[in-house]
Amino acid sequence: MARYFTDEHEWIDVDGDTATVGITDYAQGQLGDIVFVELPSAGTSLSKGGDAAVVESVKAASDVYAPIDGEVTEGNGALEDDPALVNTASEGDGWFFKMTIGDASQLDGLMDEAGYKAFCDSL
Amino acid sequence: MRYLPLTQDDRSAMLARIGASKIDDLFVDVPEEARLSGPIAGLPLHASEMAVEKHMRRLSKKNLAAADAAFFLGAGAYKHHVPASVDHIIQRGEFLTAYTPYQPEIAQGTLQMLFEFQSQVARLYGCAVANASMYDGSTACWEAVAMAGRVTRRKRVVLSGALHPHYAEVVRTMAKFTEDEIAGASPALEASPDNAGLISRIDDQTSCVVVQYPDILGRIPDLAAIAEAAHSKGALLIAVNTEPVALGAIKSPGELGADIVVGEGQSIGVGLQFGGPYLGLFAVRDPKHVRQMPGRLCGETQDAEGKRGFVLTLSTREQHIRREKATSNICTNSGLCALAFSVHMTLLGEKGLRALAAENHRLACLAADRLAKVPGVSVLNDAFFNEFTLRLGKDARKVVRTLADRGVLAGVSLGRLFPAHDELADCLLVAVTETTTEEDIETLASAFEEVLA
Amino acid sequence: MNAPPKTPNASGWKPGTPVEGHNAMSGPDTATGNRALMLEEPLLFEIGHVEQTGVDLPEPQGGANRLGCFDRAEAIGLPGLSEPETVRHYTRLSRQNYAIDLGLFPLGSCTMKHNPRLNEKVARMPGFADVHPLQPVDTVRGALEVVNELAHWLIELTGMYGVAMSPKAGAHGELCGILCIRAALEARGDAREVILVPESAHGTNPATAAFAGYRIENIPANSDGRVDLDALKSRLGPDVAGVMITNPSTLGLFERDLKEISDAVHAAGGFVYCDGANFNAIVGKVRPGDLGVDAMHINLHKTFSTPHGGGGPGSGPVVLSEALAPFGPLPFTARTKDGVVHLVEEENAAEFDHTQAFGRMTAFHGQMGMFTRALTYILSHGADGLKQVAEDAVLNANYILRSLEDVLDAPFAHSGPCMHEALFSDKGFAEGLSTLDLAKGLIDEGYHPMTMYFPLVVHGAMLVEPTETESKAALDQFIGALRSVAERAVNGDETLKTAPHYAPRRRLDETLAARKPVLAWQEPNPPPGSPSLSEQGGR
Repeated sequence: MARYFTDEHEWIDVDGDTATVGITDYAQGQLGDIVFVELPSAGTSLSKGGDAAVVESVKAASDVYAPIDGEVTEGNGALEDDPALVNTASEGDGWFFKMTIGDASQLDGLMDEAGYKAFCDSL
Repeated sequence: MRYLPLTQDDRSAMLARIGASKIDDLFVDVPEEARLSGPIAGLPLHASEMAVEKHMRRLSKKNLAAADAAFFLGAGAYKHHVPASVDHIIQRGEFLTAYTPYQPEIAQGTLQMLFEFQSQVARLYGCAVANASMYDGSTACWEAVAMAGRVTRRKRVVLSGALHPHYAEVVRTMAKFTEDEIAGASPALEASPDNAGLISRIDDQTSCVVVQYPDILGRIPDLAAIAEAAHSKGALLIAVNTEPVALGAIKSPGELGADIVVGEGQSIGVGLQFGGPYLGLFAVRDPKHVRQMPGRLCGETQDAEGKRGFVLTLSTREQHIRREKATSNICTNSGLCALAFSVHMTLLGEKGLRALAAENHRLACLAADRLAKVPGVSVLNDAFFNEFTLRLGKDARKVVRTLADRGVLAGVSLGRLFPAHDELADCLLVAVTETTTEEDIETLASAFEEVLA
Repeated sequence: MNAPPKTPNASGWKPGTPVEGHNAMSGPDTATGNRALMLEEPLLFEIGHVEQTGVDLPEPQGGANRLGCFDRAEAIGLPGLSEPETVRHYTRLSRQNYAIDLGLFPLGSCTMKHNPRLNEKVARMPGFADVHPLQPVDTVRGALEVVNELAHWLIELTGMYGVAMSPKAGAHGELCGILCIRAALEARGDAREVILVPESAHGTNPATAAFAGYRIENIPANSDGRVDLDALKSRLGPDVAGVMITNPSTLGLFERDLKEISDAVHAAGGFVYCDGANFNAIVGKVRPGDLGVDAMHINLHKTFSTPHGGGGPGSGPVVLSEALAPFGPLPFTARTKDGVVHLVEEENAAEFDHTQAFGRMTAFHGQMGMFTRALTYILSHGADGLKQVAEDAVLNANYILRSLEDVLDAPFAHSGPCMHEALFSDKGFAEGLSTLDLAKGLIDEGYHPMTMYFPLVVHGAMLVEPTETESKAALDQFIGALRSVAERAVNGDETLKTAPHYAPRRRLDETLAARKPVLAWQEPNPPPGSPSLSEQGGR
């Protein structure tokens, strides 16, 4: 399984034909206390860079973009009851949604862990 | 000028501190050629309280106040008695001259009041959550239509023909710009609303059905049947209520399955005021729809010491955060009218509201029976609360004008509300409230007997 | 009259000066949770009862009714209070509010000025307060005259051609103006898609334009903070419907290029919308119509001092240029040569040559209760007074700006005088202290904070609008208080982080409120056997 990162602070885990998407620990730190996550429903078709989800703190709402093309297969229902999971486990139990991989070549343009760390350090 | 505390000495000292020699140094960025050289054309100089009051009183006297006539107008604005303590409370400076409660630590008065108001409205409407108010019933109605579009992601809106025509016009106006497709209809002059006809217009592309309850003719539609039909096609039912006092006597729209309930709150606490400011009420039956609601919401929380307190919440729906993706552009709403409503509703309580509704209905029944005895006059409605439609057999607008000259405000003619519909021209909407006396009813009946003979 | 000299009392202390070591809040806890005049008040639902009432009405008679079969049999759950309890409940609540009547309310862009009580008295005259919107017009000519007279002065004060009076508040007025623009473009068969909005705009601007079906693009600012004229000009083209500009801007600056902006926008076939929220700074000094504006809403609850009421009602008439006036919504009033004022609605619009109205924005005629107040205010001030309003408002703001720029960063102080509001930022605050902390510290000093974190283009923005109804002594006291809190923020005073300490509530947990929304009162679990409030209801 490989993990990639975008410059919009999403992470994507690829496991065979499907991928899991969330926001990074850096991003949750910037947003502060997360109070709500609006997830795409299963079957929503996503295109790379397009709006996929919305994550809300008390005073801000931020769009989460699709890292690659594909179709949503499942949203993380646990976030409905406990949006704080995004703060406590952003890169684990606080994942946002799972999706199919429409175009695996798009992964090539994303960063790996070291690349993303360097990217954050430069901000 | 009595509202300006600075003295000339103050102004000079302040200009000196700023480093300016004259006031126009502070207006240097206004292009010279655009600066006004003289006073505003025709506007007199400042005037004393006494002089201004006199001018305004003269204008006021040119109007026939409702209390000075036998009065039977309704159609979305009703004359009710407002207890004196309501006006006393809303004139307290701490309510009157406060801003939107952006700093909750020093706005708990407004916030707790809003929480209580939201709770009262939710219960009255049979809903889970109500917001902190909209401008008025008609704009709340449009906001509900827009919200239904967000929830269902459909654009086809079915309006009942018996929806207040001004409300329908507001919806049509806004929909032109959002490209919603509005299917309206004309009101059919039947004793009961045409539910079957309305239901037949709902299909699987319908976003919402908008039904007034009681409707513009005063009839009471069977919301439960419409709700069931709408839900079976995946559409929402929006119920519109323009007379909240009715809900002290008839079932709440939420109870009957309406998904969004909106209305005009003016009857409780606000007064007639020639049409505004009024009070838009907005509630949803299912709490899962809360995040699609427009307008401000007040919620309960705790302070740093664990004491209960209230804040504006779920603000990410709103324009100041979400900007072009907001659920609505509304900012200021009707806060002080919400306070008036809440105070009046507190004075009534459930017992008082039910008694008020019963008294309205009793007098309305009395009026309907008496007026039906006037030769040539018949009552259209099978059922009604405090407003019903009369057929006069003559152009009702002319009758209204003739009676106004005699100091009787007889009602709202359907010709005024639906000017393009000649078939409605002989109909008059008559509203009766607790402020109507049996003598008023007799005055109206005998006036009809004279002018219709 | 010369004011008598202010003499300190025997102890040497006078109001408004700090006392060493004095802390009114220290002391034993009380049994009630009250602190003398600071009284805790339960919720209505905890003290009211469904059988209690504060009105005298006849007992309902049973028997036949004509409600169909829709009788409300179930309990509603609405608690009531007697009149004395009601008055006390709301009076206690009122005392937990800050208000203009209590002190300076420097909320930038909101124009919290004194609300004259004559306006309240006039609005309650029976001929205005107790008339129905659908009465025969011959019985409401005086009310129509009020609407028409106010409309006239709004047109004169702004140098515009027409005015739509019906919009219910500022944002509703914005929508009205943008819909006029869209209607005018559609009438000439010109489908344009974009509205340009500066980044410093009020949130209502992009929300409004989006609601009207437009795509929003930002206009950049120059280093002065004003609209970048060249950038704007280069973006204009056949797809741009118009621009929305706030003047004076939300940075408190006059957009000195507005006329040139308007000319450029008009040359490119677009229209200029001006957000008039800040009209207070220029009323009687300059007319937007002379700067090429096509539409501008006027917040009567700001410039013309109708009370804000804890969140409304507002009123947002929209003045319109000759190009847009034909598209204004119904209804409106028109005065014919014989001096009679008419109500123009759908059915008689053609008689008044107004056939292109874009529609209707609200059920009735607008915020009559606000019109009477605003007209009373305009006539009270008169031409000389209104000009003085703008001058004193601008003078007061500049006095604050120049009195505090040594302790607070004023990012646009170099851009010239400010207009009616002074903008500061959190630059220079000690690590870990923010604008929010300063604002909460100001609460402890007895002030409502300024507008915070707006405009978004300035980090930790603080927007201070004193208005013209503050005396120099009140300004000096405020400046002293803000200076002291600012110094604490710069010096890293950690106690600011837990401010306010002396308000009816400490900082409230907004995260909890948003994560687990409680938006209506619910009965707590009752002890076994006792009826819940809704069960106590019924008939």
